[in-house]
Amino acid sequence: MAAPVLCQMRRRCPVVAYLSVVRREYASSPPSPPSLFSRFLFQLNQHFHDVEHLINWSSWLRNRVVRRKNVFYGYTQKRFGVNVAAAYYILGLGGGFRFAGHSDWFRPDSRGKFSYDFLNTPNSTIEEIDLSRTLINHAGLENIVSQNELRSLSLQGCPEVDDWFLARLHVFGESLQWLDLSHCPHITVGGLAALQHLRKLRRLDVSSLPRLQNPGLVRILLEEMLPHCEVIGADYEQGLILTDNVEEAEPVRHK
Amino acid sequence: MRWYRALRGLSGAAHRALPLRQAVLHRCGFSTSAAARKDFFQDLESQFKAFREKAAAAMPGSDWSPIQVTKGLPPERADIVIVGGGVMGWSVAYWLKKKEKVRDGVRVLVVEKDPTYSQASSVLSCGGIRQQFSLKENILLSLASADFLKNINDHLGVVNEDPVDLQFNHSGYLFLASPDVAPIMEENYTIQRDLGAKVILLSPTQLKDRFPWINTDGIALASYGLENEGWFDPWTLLNAFRCKAMSMGVYQCFGEVTGFRCSSQKAETTDGDFVNIKRIKYVDVRMPNSLEYQPVECAVVVNAAGASSGKIADMLGIGHGPKQTMAGIPLPVEPRKRFVYVVHCPDGPGLECPFLIDYSGFYLRREGLGGNYITGMSPEETEEPDVSNLDVDHDFFHDKVWPLLCHRLPPFECLKVSGAWAGYYDYNTFDQNAIVGTHPLVNNMFFVTGFSGHGLQQSPAVGRAVVELILDGGFQTIDLSAFDFKRILYHEPILERNIV
Repeated sequence: MAAPVLCQMRRRCPVVAYLSVVRREYASSPPSPPSLFSRFLFQLNQHFHDVEHLINWSSWLRNRVVRRKNVFYGYTQKRFGVNVAAAYYILGLGGGFRFAGHSDWFRPDSRGKFSYDFLNTPNSTIEEIDLSRTLINHAGLENIVSQNELRSLSLQGCPEVDDWFLARLHVFGESLQWLDLSHCPHITVGGLAALQHLRKLRRLDVSSLPRLQNPGLVRILLEEMLPHCEVIGADYEQGLILTDNVEEAEPVRHK
Repeated sequence: MRWYRALRGLSGAAHRALPLRQAVLHRCGFSTSAAARKDFFQDLESQFKAFREKAAAAMPGSDWSPIQVTKGLPPERADIVIVGGGVMGWSVAYWLKKKEKVRDGVRVLVVEKDPTYSQASSVLSCGGIRQQFSLKENILLSLASADFLKNINDHLGVVNEDPVDLQFNHSGYLFLASPDVAPIMEENYTIQRDLGAKVILLSPTQLKDRFPWINTDGIALASYGLENEGWFDPWTLLNAFRCKAMSMGVYQCFGEVTGFRCSSQKAETTDGDFVNIKRIKYVDVRMPNSLEYQPVECAVVVNAAGASSGKIADMLGIGHGPKQTMAGIPLPVEPRKRFVYVVHCPDGPGLECPFLIDYSGFYLRREGLGGNYITGMSPEETEEPDVSNLDVDHDFFHDKVWPLLCHRLPPFECLKVSGAWAGYYDYNTFDQNAIVGTHPLVNNMFFVTGFSGHGLQQSPAVGRAVVELILDGGFQTIDLSAFDFKRILYHEPILERNIV
């Protein structure tokens, strides 16, 4: 029983992975109904343990890339110090950074290769990080929390950045001035509330966050919460329903 | 029996078809007109259709049965019966399935009396999670739960279902302390920092700077959670636990536990007294709205009935024995009613609003983005409201909560109460902390109760701890032996050194 199903499944494995990726997408756009094959697959999943195992494996394999990229660089930290570990982590993810006092950026080339020149300056701290379109998540953030002079962080279009990630950003509360969160599919208003700890923030980009229901109202609230910060990327009218006749009972005043 | 019915259906079809054919022949003579033939075949077709339906109903796998069977009866045997399908019960069920060594190694049944969850404490709570406790166990449980919620889709994601969205709001708890209790707050802060909770202390000046809308009169110190604190939707968590557990093969049954059948044996204590040690053999589960009940044979019972867990323990005779003996001490958990008020305040704080807890006892948190807030407080021990129903006492807000609220937060002088509800706490009258473990006189019932208001936030970690106790025989990750029933028998309360 198990062997034929297993052989069949192995041939269709890439499709399984693709299907599961589709399922993981958050409801930013209306979800399309599952295809005939995926419905057939889930029917099988309910009756055969080997199909169930295969689907679990495929999701495990898919998450393994994210997990491996965001592993804690404890050995590098012990051997070379926190700054080198942070730099190595960022380049390994495919992001770029700039040391404080330097003007040139370290970035991997198009094939993901990078030079190890940052090993020569173990004492320089990182001032700017560009992690746009990388797989960073809240676990990987542990590698860079030591950079307490970080001034600018760009997380544009990071698929794994969520509210828990934003809640951890309070470690940069005394230094971070520029934060770009645009196009992150998982960020909600519940996570943006945690940005109140970033007292030095001067500029915040919240454009194109699909899970914000009314970006205009959120912008107003963010500007109230961070009075010295310029919030860009959302118009005030976005997501608001404008009506002329608003009738509401007067609130009672306590005596 | 099923086949007989199907056959009868077939023969009926044949019998009915035959006279019709004769009638047709008789009327038309030998001419077989097209209309008559069509009529005959149409009829035959409908007869066959009826036959096929009956045959399908009699096939194995359909729910038709010659004997009348009540729907939704629990299985006759289960390894572990969990009494109470709240968030704690389903968490235990999930971890049992997660930690079982072989597939379907344990057969787990969850019994819940209210299918609508209309009075369930889990759903009627405020949904907060915090690490600002003073007991090591509570802080560790809360940290572990926060970690669980962080990776909730790895734990509770079900194939072919939408990912779980808890609607977690990352705003920390802000505790305000008066000069008398400020030293306690400092001690608690040290314990919390040592265990890894991210908490900071704020002086009144810093507090005024961060939250200008707080009146700092009489405040000596404040502590504020930076991470892993906030609030979420309790129903989503409960439902996620339930869906995952059921997808892993847990049985669910809506019914009420009305009694237990036990075997008992005499045992002699070291003092020479004789005690009766009970072992539960059957749990009687009564179906909703009927007198029918089903005894479920089981090996282990988990009492996660929350506010009614005292009643469950009472059915076993815990607390019925003579006073001053082990059997005479009841489970000190009783339902307490707490009111939650939703207020609308147009000038209130915005997105930065924390989960505020004042030393006078009231709490306040934001609800949504439209200027709505949730507030409430615990009444005095002498003024506990009647727990027979969930009616809301609106005077309590006017007389008790509002004066404190607008003294501390001047913008709330101008507000409108837009809603209110009441919910039950599983209040531990002994020391307001959880009771986790077995009773010495009933050796196969595990208590998971008495959380007195922080059961929801600790449920993922407590579920794991209880399952370790059941399956591994001892705590593996977080040591909860301090929460054992023995402390009640020895009269050694472990009190939370809280400022409220």
